[in-house]
Amino acid sequence: MSNPDNQELQAATDTPLLKVSGVSKFYGSRIGCKDVSFELWPGEVLAIVGESGSGKTTLLNCLSTRLMPTTGSVEYRMRDGNFRDLYHMSEAERRFLMRTDWGFVHQNPADGLRMTVSAGANVGERLMAVGDRHYGNIRATANDWLTRVEIGTDRIDDQPRAFSGGMRQRLQIARNLVTSPRLVFMDEPTGGLDVSVQARLLDLVRGLVNDLGLSAIVVTHDLAVARLLSHRMMVMKDGHVIEHGLTDRVLDDPREPYTQLLVSSILQV
Amino acid sequence: MTDLATYNFAYLDEQTKRMIRRAILKAIAIPGYQVPFASREMPMPYGWGTGGVQVTASIIGPEDVLKVIDQGADDTTNAVSIRAFFQKVANVAVTTHTKDATIIQTRHRIPEQKLAEGQVLVYQVPIPEPLRFLEPRETETRKMHALEEYGLMHVKLYEDIAHNGRISKTYAYPVKVAGRYVMDPSPTPKFDNPKMHMSEALQLFGAGREKRIYAVPPYTEVVSLDFEDYPFEIQKFEQPCALCGAQGVYLDEVVLDDKGGRMFVCSDTDHCEDRREHGHAGEMLAQNKEAAE
Repeated sequence: MSNPDNQELQAATDTPLLKVSGVSKFYGSRIGCKDVSFELWPGEVLAIVGESGSGKTTLLNCLSTRLMPTTGSVEYRMRDGNFRDLYHMSEAERRFLMRTDWGFVHQNPADGLRMTVSAGANVGERLMAVGDRHYGNIRATANDWLTRVEIGTDRIDDQPRAFSGGMRQRLQIARNLVTSPRLVFMDEPTGGLDVSVQARLLDLVRGLVNDLGLSAIVVTHDLAVARLLSHRMMVMKDGHVIEHGLTDRVLDDPREPYTQLLVSSILQV
Repeated sequence: MTDLATYNFAYLDEQTKRMIRRAILKAIAIPGYQVPFASREMPMPYGWGTGGVQVTASIIGPEDVLKVIDQGADDTTNAVSIRAFFQKVANVAVTTHTKDATIIQTRHRIPEQKLAEGQVLVYQVPIPEPLRFLEPRETETRKMHALEEYGLMHVKLYEDIAHNGRISKTYAYPVKVAGRYVMDPSPTPKFDNPKMHMSEALQLFGAGREKRIYAVPPYTEVVSLDFEDYPFEIQKFEQPCALCGAQGVYLDEVVLDDKGGRMFVCSDTDHCEDRREHGHAGEMLAQNKEAAE
């Protein structure tokens, strides 16, 4: 981050990337999430933690426009610096945003990958979607990204079906980051991976987030993931945000009884 | 043909023709867009050209001259039957000569002779959706067409190059029509793709089972998709047609015996016959003449 846009960058970091106000989602009379408001700043990683069924994923889906909330608004600062209300954008604009400026990492890599095309094509798809028509360049970029996520470049023509769980997840991350998005949503990125693979993946994600200056919203039930990845965290219970603060503060000095319970129920080996 | 009265002209009833004509007009207005239509049962099985036959039946008039080809040939079962069908139900003149025909119904080829203004080429289409094998959900592919999200089409071409070192798709090669819709040109060999570009003839595509009609109006840009460093190429043949000696035409391979004997002949039979009539002779034909003498 050396040259010309230093001032612009300065200005950019003074304003939030995402403004969420009063987002609620009801499934009939049942609450998905209720009255969630926060701001996300450039380069910041926010973790949303809570037990199963607490509304984490509902909230994430609302934020990423995969789901329409019942009320509330989410404003996103576009690359031109203007805020746009996501729910008032046309579907074409929203889909374009999702495949260029955003990434979405699914818990199950099969949901986010095309399992029947090669790893190279998986990484290259977004490039081709935004109009890259040079095979050599696409392949070079794919190679570069596979290296960055520690997948051997000799695997570029293999289908993700032939990959292990950890490799698939890393491939999914590469596929999302190839268009240098500014905001990445992650839904339990380490769920279903064994601990050593988890550790490597977390290390990788942390490195990438730092290098690229990404903002990320990570949903997880694993407090260790939140501790390692995030700057700030929100604790959810029954669809409500019950505690919100810097990650270290929340984990070391939980105020709400429920958060205290969560923190104290971490397994110690 | 006194028993013609038992059929309406050209088999379909007038309401059906009207419905299909409306679909055709819409298709012409939006080049490359797949217009749904209420495809009827025809007296032939799906996959034998029910879509093409319905389109032809809707546009044919008593003055028209019809030519039907199947893989370029006028004398194969499908071509002969459809030609006989229209002779019977519409009592129209039929021909095998490309230049004499006003309507040409085709399965898998575009005639070698350049089509002229006023001619209509009707394609029989099995699968109209170019994205079908990449994205099985029709709701999703429609959305992709609507929002012009065609990155996936290039993923397919990328895979081809990654695995085969070149774009190995040889037929149903996807094209972009008038800079907007990506279209499947039905399973014509990619050899014929350049002929669709700025064609003087109107091109209509009918898919009976899938209930879709689409069109390329005359003088419309049709571009085959490719990569900058792997440009679109058509098939090249090393030898000329064995019967008429034509070069730069699409050839069929014919196996002659069980000892590896084979010949390559024009797939467009009319073109081949016409050349032979005008004194062109290929290798095989010359040999036969010598043998006869």
